[in-house]
Amino acid sequence: MITSGKGGVGKTTTTANLGMALANMGEKVALVDADIGLRNLDLALGLENRIVYNIVEVVNGRADLRKALIKDKRNQNLALLPAAQTADKSAVSPDQMKQIVADLETEGYTFILLDCPAGIEQGFKNATAGAREAIVVINPEMSSVRDADRVIGLLEAQELHNPMLIVNRLRPKMVKSQDALSVEDVQEVLGSSVKLIGVIPDDESIIVSTNRGEPVSMMEGSLAGQAYRNIARRLKGEQIPFLNLEEHEGFFVRLKRLFGGR
Amino acid sequence: MASFLERLLGRGDTSARATAKKRLQVVIMHDRADISPPMLEQMRREILVVLSKYVDIDEAMLDVNLERENDTVALVANIPILRVHTEV
Repeated sequence: MITSGKGGVGKTTTTANLGMALANMGEKVALVDADIGLRNLDLALGLENRIVYNIVEVVNGRADLRKALIKDKRNQNLALLPAAQTADKSAVSPDQMKQIVADLETEGYTFILLDCPAGIEQGFKNATAGAREAIVVINPEMSSVRDADRVIGLLEAQELHNPMLIVNRLRPKMVKSQDALSVEDVQEVLGSSVKLIGVIPDDESIIVSTNRGEPVSMMEGSLAGQAYRNIARRLKGEQIPFLNLEEHEGFFVRLKRLFGGR
Repeated sequence: MASFLERLLGRGDTSARATAKKRLQVVIMHDRADISPPMLEQMRREILVVLSKYVDIDEAMLDVNLERENDTVALVANIPILRVHTEV
């Protein structure tokens, strides 16, 4: 499951990108939009026009799970189970969420990613019921980190220990100029119970790709895309070194290195 | 610019980054301990009442705070004693 402390830190974009990256690595991936009432994952994937049934109709027995799953035409390994846009947050009970995950496993999906509401939102408990592991997405800024710390406590209460951490929208330049929190700062503040699995640079190409409905992890040349693909490989159990985001700082750094300075 | 000068003059790290980190550590400490500042103040006052039965305390110097060490939070009190009551 993928969650965060507060809203708007990039959970849905992260889910879409990791899903696409894993599917492109040959995994059979089901993405579940578990943020009931706030349907958004379909937009990040560009699948909004293909929705027929949603998760609430599946749990109410009005639609078959297989029929509700939208197969991505770009990669048949990737399927989306959309949220309902109108139902309230508790429309899917914890037991029903567990059942959906179990059914998806029976269908042969190797990665099931649940795009959950933020921890401070309603419906968090219902959505997380089916999860076995948690990924917390944060931005390196104060309110996001503080709320994430609370969510880590809530996850703990649901027996989801040692969540994985993704730092999204890092701005290496601002860290270097001592104006913004670094990944290390965030880790130190949150303590050793979280395990860092990736850092995504703040990158305009993410906005562009989301607007197009094409996850940036599909783009070969994109640094953010590379960061997402690396996380996907870490989720598969591979040991991948972290990207040096500072190297991509810009012209002057490259110029300096050209002249042997650092 | 100001922070650059301060660093040049060797003062403490007052960068936005260091400030944010320090402030975060304090709020998270309070969040984890689930002790609000008013509650801490209440505790301070009650500790004072109990201790005053046995000793005279320099109230102005009384310092009760939450402190952080690694992943744990401790309640640390610094209580200057002026005089011990000989009989209770």
